[in-house]
Amino acid sequence: MADPAGADPLARVGPVLLFSAFVVATCGLVYELLAGTLASYLLGDSVTQFSTVIGSYLFAMGMGAWLSRGVQRNELAVFIRVEILIAVIGGFSAALLFLLFDRVADFRLPLYGIVLIIGTLVGLEVPLLMRLLKDKLEFGDLVSKVLTFDYIGALAASLLFPLVLVPQLGLIRTGLVFGLANVAVALGLLLKLPPGQKLRRETAAALIVVAALVAGLFGAEQLQRLAEVAAYQAPVIYADATPYQRIVLTKAGSDLRLYLNGNLQFSSRDEYRYHEALVHPALGRVARPRQVLVLGGGDGLAVREVLKHPGVEAVLLVDLDPAMTRLFAHSAMLTPLNRGVLSDRRVTVINADAFVWLRANRRQFDAIIVDFPDPTSFSVGKLYTVSLYHELARALAPDGVAVVQSTSPLVAPNSYWTVATTLEAAGLSTRAYHAHVPSFGEWGFILAAHRPVAAKGRLPPGLHFLDPATAQVMFDFPIDMARRKTLVNRLDNQVLVRSFDAEWGRYEG
Amino acid sequence: MTAGPTRRGVIGTGAAMLAASGCATDTAMPGTLGGADMARGHLLHHPFGDAAPAETRRTGIAIIGGGVAGLAAGFALVEAGYKNFRLLELEDAPGGNARSGRNAITAYPLGAHYLPIPNAEATGVRHLLDRLGIITGWQGGKPVFDPYQIVADPDERLLRHGRWQEGLVPGSALAAGDRDQIAGFFAAMARYRDARGRDGRPAFAIPMELSSRDADLLALDQLSWTAWLDTQGWTSPELRAHIRYVCRDEYGAEPGDLSAWTGIHYFAARRGEAANCDGDAVLTWPGGNGHLSALMARRIAGYISTGHVIGRVTATADGVTIDAIDAPRRRRIRVLADAAIIAVPRFVAAHVVTGWEGSAAGFSYAPWVVANISVDRLPAGPGAALAWDNVSATSESLGYVVATHQGLASAGGPSVLTWYMPLSTLPPAQGRSLLVSRPLADWQRIVSDDLLAMNPDLAGAIRRIDVWRWGHAMVRPVPGFIWGAARQAAAQPTPPLFGAHSDLSGLSIFEEAHYRGTRAAEAALAHLGIAHQSVLAA
Repeated sequence: MADPAGADPLARVGPVLLFSAFVVATCGLVYELLAGTLASYLLGDSVTQFSTVIGSYLFAMGMGAWLSRGVQRNELAVFIRVEILIAVIGGFSAALLFLLFDRVADFRLPLYGIVLIIGTLVGLEVPLLMRLLKDKLEFGDLVSKVLTFDYIGALAASLLFPLVLVPQLGLIRTGLVFGLANVAVALGLLLKLPPGQKLRRETAAALIVVAALVAGLFGAEQLQRLAEVAAYQAPVIYADATPYQRIVLTKAGSDLRLYLNGNLQFSSRDEYRYHEALVHPALGRVARPRQVLVLGGGDGLAVREVLKHPGVEAVLLVDLDPAMTRLFAHSAMLTPLNRGVLSDRRVTVINADAFVWLRANRRQFDAIIVDFPDPTSFSVGKLYTVSLYHELARALAPDGVAVVQSTSPLVAPNSYWTVATTLEAAGLSTRAYHAHVPSFGEWGFILAAHRPVAAKGRLPPGLHFLDPATAQVMFDFPIDMARRKTLVNRLDNQVLVRSFDAEWGRYEG
Repeated sequence: MTAGPTRRGVIGTGAAMLAASGCATDTAMPGTLGGADMARGHLLHHPFGDAAPAETRRTGIAIIGGGVAGLAAGFALVEAGYKNFRLLELEDAPGGNARSGRNAITAYPLGAHYLPIPNAEATGVRHLLDRLGIITGWQGGKPVFDPYQIVADPDERLLRHGRWQEGLVPGSALAAGDRDQIAGFFAAMARYRDARGRDGRPAFAIPMELSSRDADLLALDQLSWTAWLDTQGWTSPELRAHIRYVCRDEYGAEPGDLSAWTGIHYFAARRGEAANCDGDAVLTWPGGNGHLSALMARRIAGYISTGHVIGRVTATADGVTIDAIDAPRRRRIRVLADAAIIAVPRFVAAHVVTGWEGSAAGFSYAPWVVANISVDRLPAGPGAALAWDNVSATSESLGYVVATHQGLASAGGPSVLTWYMPLSTLPPAQGRSLLVSRPLADWQRIVSDDLLAMNPDLAGAIRRIDVWRWGHAMVRPVPGFIWGAARQAAAQPTPPLFGAHSDLSGLSIFEEAHYRGTRAAEAALAHLGIAHQSVLAA
C-alpha cells in the first residue's frame, strides 16, 4: 500500500472527510432501518425485531469502535476500504436477505450475521474519521463537528427512510442507493489523493462495486421477482419452498392469506364465501353423502365445510404436498381456521398426485370436491382434461355429485365454460353456478353427476354466506358470463391452459 | 439451405475441441456406450464350415430377425392361428431399432420414439393397435385412441433467435418472403396429400406400395430433393432449414442425398384419421416404440429364441435349412423349416442367404447416435413451455424428446431426455467408423455441450449420459432407390424365402416394417396352403 510520505494527503481530503461523516451516518442508519424493517416484515412482531436488530447493531458498532484501536497506521486507506466493504455488504443487504429468506433453514442466522458485520464496519468509521481529522482541528472542535454531522445524518436517514425511500424505491433499491453513497465517499477520497499516492487496488475495487450496485439497481425488478417474498402486500409470516411449490402466508391485521407459487389461495376474511359455495351445492344434492373425496384443497377449508353435513362418515383428502397438509394440520395459527379437521378421525389425508391417484383408484364416492389450482401451466392443465373427468366419473357413485372449481366466468368465460363442456364430454351432466368472493372476484363452479343435477339442494346449519335464496341466485348467469360454445379440453390439445392464459392476460393487461 | 460448413458444426467442433483439450477428462460423467452387439454381429463374417450341428430343430416357418418386421410377422402368424413357427433374434432382446432402455427415473427410447396416427390404408397397423388396446373403439368409422397414448400438448417447440416457439415450422420473426414460401410450400404439399393418381391410388401412401404408380409421380424419384426444391423456387433459407431438419429426422440423410419422391412423401403421405384427436397427432410412450415392440414380443413370447447368430440360410427342394449358433448355449444348431421370413436388413440378408449375394447393391444405411441424458429437473427456457420434442434451429443435433412427457404427475422432477443425431454430413461408412472409434467421454461432451447450448438452465442438472450407436439405423432413400430395380427385385417374394424389412420399402418407419412383416407372414402362409384372413389392404 502506498504510504503517504512527502505530501500530506490529509490536507487535500479534509473537507471531504467532514462531509463523509454526514454520509456515513445516513448510510449507517439506513442499513439498520432496512434490517429492522425487513425482519419485522418477514418475521412479524415488529417490536421484537426492531429491538433486537437495533440492539445487535449498536453492540456491533461498539465492537467496531473497539477494534479501531488495532489500526496503527494508514488510517485513510483503512477508512476507504471500510467504506467499500460497507457499500457492497450494506448495499446488497436487503436483496440478499430477501433472497435467502425462504432458502435457509433459519433466517435469523443471515439476518443477525449481516447486522453484526455492517454494525462492526460502521463502528469503525467514526473513530477512524476522528483520528484522520485530529491534526486538522482542535479536539473540542473535532468532536463537535464530527458528532454534529453524524447526528444530522441520522436525522436525515430517519426522515427519508419512511417518507421517501421505502415508498418510492422499496427496500432492495434503497439499500443499493445507499451502497452507492458509501462507495461515492470512498471514490471521493481516492480522487483527492495526491497523484503519487493513488491506491490502485482500492480504486479498482470501488469501481467494481459501483458497477455491481448500478447493475443491481437495473436488475432490481428481477431480484424482486427472484425474492418472491418481497412482492407480497402484507408481512410474510411463513414461507417454505417445498419440492412442489412455494407456500407463503401473509398477515395484515386479522387478514391471513395463503399464496401458492405467488397465487392467492384464500384470504381469511372471505374464504368462507368460497368454501361454502364450493362444497354445499354439491353435498346438498346428494341424499346421503357418506363417503366424500376432496382433490386438492390441502388447507382443509373445504373439508371443514364437508364435515358440516351430518352423516359424513369418511373424507379422503388427496393433496400433492405433504408440507401443505402438515402445516394446516398442526400450525396453531391455522388450525382455528380449518377447525382442526385434518386431525379429525373421519378424515384421511393422502399425499399423492391427484391424476395418478385417481387413475389407480377403484373406490366410489358420494361426493367429490375438485379444488385444483388454476390451469396456469400445462402440467396443472392436465387436471382439467376429459381424461381426468373420465376417471372422476368412474370414482363418482351413480347418485353422487361432483363439483369443480373452474376460474372466473366473468374474467375468463371461455375457460369457465370449457370446463363445463369438458365434463359433459366425459359423459356427465352439469349445472354451473358462481359466487362473489371479494378477494377473488366473481368465481365459478360446476356441478357434475351421472344423472341430471337436481335444481335444488339442502343446506346444513351454521353457514355464514349461503341461504336458500342465495343458493338459487348463484345459478343465474347474466349476459356477460353466459354459456358459450367451447372446445373439449384434452391432454393432446390443452385448450384450457391457452384460453386461461389469454383471458387472464387480457384482464390483467 | 444454410451454408455447408456449418452443417459439420457438431462433429467438427466437437473433434477440434477435444483435440485442443488433449482429451483431458475432468470428472468422468457416468454413462454407458451401447449399440448393436458388434462382437456377435461380426460372427456373421466367419464362415461356419461343414461341421455337423449339435442339434437339429424343425419348424413350419422360421423368422430370421426380431425387429419390428419380424415381430409383426410372428404377430400375424399367431393372429392367423398358426403356431408352428420360431423367431431367431441375434440380440438378447427383440425390438430392433424399436428398443428401449430403463433406469430408476423412467423407460426411455434407444431408437424410434413415436408412431403417427395411421392412415386409413394402413389397415395392418390399425389392426395391431386395435389388438393391443391402443385403439379403444370406433366412432363414425374412425378409430378412438387411448388418450393417454396420444402425445400430450405441447408436443413440439423450436428454439430460434434465443427464444422457444411452439411447433417446429419457423413461425415468428420471419421475413415476408420466408413466410410466403413456407405457406406456399405447405399448400403445395397439401395438394400432393390430397392428390390421387390416374390409377385411383393416393399419390403418396403409407404403406408406400399403395402409392400411385403414375409415371410423372415416379419420375420424382429420379431427382434429388434439393434439385426439385430449387426448380420449384422453394429457396427460402428458413423453409430449407426446416426441410433439412425433417430429412435428417425422418431419413437420417441430407436433402441433397434423398429423392424428391421421398422428400414429398414425408409431407404428403400422412392422412391420419382419429375420432378423438387431430389426424396429424402421434402416439408415443416413455420407452418410445420399444413399448410397441415389447407388446408384440409379449404376444409371441413363447416363439422367440434370442442370442441366435444366423450363419447361413439356404432354400432347398423341401424347404429351408438354417445354420445358426445358439450363443447363450454356445452350440451350433440347424433349423429345418418349410418356409423362412428373412426379417433382417438387406445388407445382412445378402450375407447369410444363399443366392442373395449382391442383392444389397444400392441399399445404403444412415448411422445415428442416440443419447439418453438423465437430468435432475426438467428443461425450461424463454418463450414456449417445454414440449415433448424440443429442437434448436442452430444445432446439428435433432434436439431431444422428454421421456416423462406422457406422465400425469403435475409436479416436475428428474427426467430422461433422449437426444438424437444422424451422422448425415459424412458418407455413411465414414460415419460408422466414427461411431466405432469415438470414445464415450467424447460423445458425452458433444451431447452435453449441445444440450447446454439449447438449455443453459440445465447446467449442473445432468446426472448421466448413456450413448447408443446405430451403425445402420435407417435405409437411405437416395434418388432412384425407391422405384428402382434393386429395391423392387428385393421386395419380390421368392418362396420358400420371404423378405420382410422396412428397407424393402425404402422408408425406415414402423408402418413399413410392420407392413413388410405382415405381408411376408401372409405370403408364407399362402405358400404353405394355410387359409387365413389378410389384414392388409389390397
